[in-house]
Amino acid sequence: MIDQIPLTHILFLSTALFFIGAYGFLTRRNLITMLMSVELILNSVNINLVAFNRYLHPTIDGVVFTLFIITIAAAEAAVAIAIIISLYRKINSIDPEQADELKF
Amino acid sequence: MLNASTLLLIPLLPLLSFLFISFIGKKYLPTLSGTISVLVLSVSAFLAIAVAYNYFFVVGMTNGIYEAIIPMKLEWLRFSPGVSIDMGIILDPISVMMLVVVTFISLMVHIYSLGYMKGEERFAVYYSFLDLFTFSMLGLVMASNLFQMYFFWELVGVSSYLLIGYYFTKPSAVAAAKKAFIVTRFADLGFLIGILVLSFHSGTLDIQTLIARLTTSDTTFYASATFTGFMGVSSLTWGLALVFIGGAGKSAMFPLHIWLPDAMEGPTPVSALIHAATMVVAGVYLVARLFPIYAISSPHLLELIGYIGIISSVLAAIIACTQTDIKRVLAYSTISQIGYMLASLGVSTYGGLNGEGFSASMFHLFTHAFFKALLFLCAGSVIHYVHSNEVKDMGGLRKKMPITHLCFLLACLAIAGIPPLSGFFSKEEILAAAFAHNQTIFYIAWLTAGLTSFYMFRLYFLTFWNKDYVNHHESHEHHSEGSWNMKLPLLILMLGAVGAGVVPFHHLITSDGQPYESEFHLNITLMAVGLSLFAIIIATIFYRKKNNLSDKISSSISQLYDFAYHKFYFDEVYQFVTQRILFNTIGALSSWFDKNIVNGVVNTTAFITEAFSETIKPVQSGKVQGYALAFLFGILGLIAILFFFNF
Amino acid sequence: MNLLVLLILVPVVALLLSVFINAEKVKNVILLGAVAELILCFELLREFMLERAAGNNAPYLFEIVYPWFKTWNINFHAGVDGISVSMLLLTSLVTVAAILVSWKVDEKPREFFMMLMLLTAGAVGFFISMDLIMAFFFLELAVVPKFLLIAHWGSGRKVYSATKLALMLMAGSSLILVGTLLLYVQSNGSFDITVLQSLHLDSETQRLIFPLMFLGFGVFTALFPFHTWVPDGHSSAPTAGSMFLAGISMKLGGYGCIRFAAILLPEGTQYYSSAIILLSTIAIVYGAFATLMQKDIKYINAYSSVSHCGFVLLGIGMLNQTALTGAVLQMISHGLMTALFFGAIGMIYSRAHTRDVRELGGLLKIMPFIGSIYIIVGLCSLGLPGLSGFVSEMTIFMGAWQVPGTFHKVATILACASIVVTAVYILQAVAKVMLGPVKDSHFLTLTDATWYERSASWLLMLAIIIMGILPMWLAQMISHETAPMAIKFLTVNS
Repeated sequence: MIDQIPLTHILFLSTALFFIGAYGFLTRRNLITMLMSVELILNSVNINLVAFNRYLHPTIDGVVFTLFIITIAAAEAAVAIAIIISLYRKINSIDPEQADELKF
Repeated sequence: MLNASTLLLIPLLPLLSFLFISFIGKKYLPTLSGTISVLVLSVSAFLAIAVAYNYFFVVGMTNGIYEAIIPMKLEWLRFSPGVSIDMGIILDPISVMMLVVVTFISLMVHIYSLGYMKGEERFAVYYSFLDLFTFSMLGLVMASNLFQMYFFWELVGVSSYLLIGYYFTKPSAVAAAKKAFIVTRFADLGFLIGILVLSFHSGTLDIQTLIARLTTSDTTFYASATFTGFMGVSSLTWGLALVFIGGAGKSAMFPLHIWLPDAMEGPTPVSALIHAATMVVAGVYLVARLFPIYAISSPHLLELIGYIGIISSVLAAIIACTQTDIKRVLAYSTISQIGYMLASLGVSTYGGLNGEGFSASMFHLFTHAFFKALLFLCAGSVIHYVHSNEVKDMGGLRKKMPITHLCFLLACLAIAGIPPLSGFFSKEEILAAAFAHNQTIFYIAWLTAGLTSFYMFRLYFLTFWNKDYVNHHESHEHHSEGSWNMKLPLLILMLGAVGAGVVPFHHLITSDGQPYESEFHLNITLMAVGLSLFAIIIATIFYRKKNNLSDKISSSISQLYDFAYHKFYFDEVYQFVTQRILFNTIGALSSWFDKNIVNGVVNTTAFITEAFSETIKPVQSGKVQGYALAFLFGILGLIAILFFFNF
Repeated sequence: MNLLVLLILVPVVALLLSVFINAEKVKNVILLGAVAELILCFELLREFMLERAAGNNAPYLFEIVYPWFKTWNINFHAGVDGISVSMLLLTSLVTVAAILVSWKVDEKPREFFMMLMLLTAGAVGFFISMDLIMAFFFLELAVVPKFLLIAHWGSGRKVYSATKLALMLMAGSSLILVGTLLLYVQSNGSFDITVLQSLHLDSETQRLIFPLMFLGFGVFTALFPFHTWVPDGHSSAPTAGSMFLAGISMKLGGYGCIRFAAILLPEGTQYYSSAIILLSTIAIVYGAFATLMQKDIKYINAYSSVSHCGFVLLGIGMLNQTALTGAVLQMISHGLMTALFFGAIGMIYSRAHTRDVRELGGLLKIMPFIGSIYIIVGLCSLGLPGLSGFVSEMTIFMGAWQVPGTFHKVATILACASIVVTAVYILQAVAKVMLGPVKDSHFLTLTDATWYERSASWLLMLAIIIMGILPMWLAQMISHETAPMAIKFLTVNS
């Protein structure tokens, strides 16, 4: 069944997901949404890895990396949200533009 | 008797005394230190005299000459095979003679200082410095190695520095000490480079080996030293000349004499010991030590040394006629007499009767030590009595201080060369030697002898006659000539000044160790003694009673008089050179260069870096999304490039 | 356990301990550590001399190798020869003295004493390193604490001086690093100096790498014109910092020049020797003249250090055994002497609160001990026989004069002449600071040295005197190591 879907389709999906994520990361003024965008980017990469694993390089490597990234993403989300919360406590905002104390 | 342990005791006793006083005596035995020091030194002096007796009369001559004995030699620092600084002892006629002179005069000064320095706050320190000096001077005298000599040479310089600056809260004393040290240090630079040159060519620092290698013309060392040269003069001559510069500095020869008169800021007994009898003759001793090399390998240089000696002698004598500070007159007279000794070396050649200048020079060194030390100690007593160095504060002292007066008179007669006092014999020999070998030097020396008699008697009359003594310090009326410990050394030295002439120097100390028979020249004697008597008579007329004859004479030659009074403006010239050229030009330039150029380059580099970073700072906007955008387009750009170049 | 490992461990243990104990007591622990280090150094000296006396002529003794970073073939490779042993002695002596002198530091004492110990650890590690990366590691370890010491505990323009010093030394280090990496590439992957030493690099390569290494270490030892951190750094540093800086840090450079530049690259050394002599002669003369004009006693000493360290480089540039021995002796002598000099200056400054010679005067009468120390160490600086300066300077002069050629002779004469200028500025400083009438009435209330200052002074003074009176053992120990070097330089061209 899956063999009927060519690799390109899946790659289109992941590319779209990647650029949606990138767009979101670049335009949003809210750290939570930016974080979500980053998750989108990571997931697009995951899709890529799984797809390549399935179509081009049928070993365990791709899946392992995907799992690895998922774990990292979870940890990253936890750390990032912790940072965001402390930032909010400090400056009452989660706009990255407002956090400029260390600038220059 | 002539073994290493006995000989080592002679210099080591004063050293131990120095250490003892510095670390223990100064704190716990502040007044007893002097006595300890005197006792220690009398042992040293006794040993030295015993050594001299043994050397000359017990061991005596082997094969008709007094041979050099080296009882001890320890390697102290090795530079390369064969070239090392050894700490050794050499015993030969001149070193034995110097041992006696140094320990004896030092002992006299030690005893004298018990009275003179009594009650000084740093009494113990004074003795420790005195002992340090004695140790260094003995080390210098006994040195068997050229670098060992330099070692003690420098130590002697420092002890002199410490003693001149003994009254260290007095700015003039500090300045004088500094000046003495720096001028001699400058001269020592010559000595050092001279050592480098000589050792480079001879491959040794040992004095005897050095002499052996550089006086026989068939050695490779001699060939290398005379073959290479600089400005048409062989390296050997350069080396010897440079070594002599060191000697000239220590011996205050023209034009490096400027430090000695100022050195009179030190306590007077110190002047007697260091700046009259011992340290200042180190230059003469140095030339005498290397005499075979000078005489055989570089006779023209030796002649030049003779001229330098006689020029210093006459210049110093002229200046001495105009000075009014009792110690300065004596200081100039010292320069003049040392000049005499060097002139005498300059007219000598190696060996036999032609070497009589050498013996005469050593003889004069010996007698001079006694009468000059005596003069200084007398001057010390006078200064102690009147609390002033200026002759105008003195006069008529002969009744107040009869012993000092007698001693001073005899010393003056000795230095003037009146028979049968010691100075007569040594001066006689110098004049005879000069007459035989160099007529120019002879006539200048003869004139100088006259000048010497004149200024010495000028000083004598101004101090002890001239007018009645008026005491300006009523409170000090009670004190007399000084305590016994001040008078005793005067009397002992007086015996020396009177009788030292009987020592048969031409039998004991000659250029090649072989005794010779000296000839007596009646005509020279008559000339010299006649001139001296004439000069004494003139001095008597001018200065015995207060009159204005001398003022008349001096104002009639006022320009010359002023010129001499200002010491021929040597100080001013040096002042100009050091202050203007060294400090204000080179020093200031270096300092400026360092502050502005070297440091400037570093600071400019820092400034440029900072300015550059200031310029590119705005790129770091702190806007995270901006960075991400740049990052994204950067990646895209890279991908595009990769595609474009078809990697 | 190997003595060399112990030498590294002692400071580390002292440092670890001092983290955990009361800040007031840290100095006791650190002093204990420093004394232990000193004893170890003497033990090392004893064992080293015994080994040598027993005829062990291996170039490095007590060698020990632990792999450190295998991938890159980096090892903890320690070993000592006569030069290192003497440097270690110097380091431990100066450390003890520096700690004693700063006994009464009450501004953040824990950190202060830890910094001092860290510096010692760095210097000791550097002197026993036989691996270039290990040497580099310890060299850097000896730079960073200096920045903090000066910037925090210093005086005057301290931040400026500290930055300047750190940046210039770092720049030097970066040159060393590049040189090290080039050597690594050339030797097919070795940082070990025993390997590098036996390597016969072609002359092109040597000429390329030598300047990097030599200039890099030259910055540390105040090579003209990279000396400008010296005056500012020394004068802004706290007393112990100046003692360290002048006594040990500048020796890191000289030691590095010999061990990591000259021996490894003999042909490069040969090729650049004239340049070395030129620069060092300039440093000697110019440093001496620049000193004449200084008004701050710390600056006087700092500039004179530039002049004196020039002698070290001059000795290296002359490429013969005597001169090289002299260079090492000069490092030791200068280390002891300047450390004591800065110690004495620190004692004066902490009492009189000024370092300007125009304001000081007559202090000898008020503080005889400090005054005597200042005068004696000044005399040592101008080369008085019987003190260490004479031995080292004369050895350099004797060695330098053996080199034929007018250029070398002129350089030697200029170097000799500088000792006259030295006499001038030292005596001038002594006269103005110590002698003469007391300048300021408030000086009259000042006190003389305390017990800790006295013991620090005595320690260094004894070392100076011993070296000055009995130089033979030290000179022989060093010339045993410099002899093969000189032969190496001689045989390079043939």
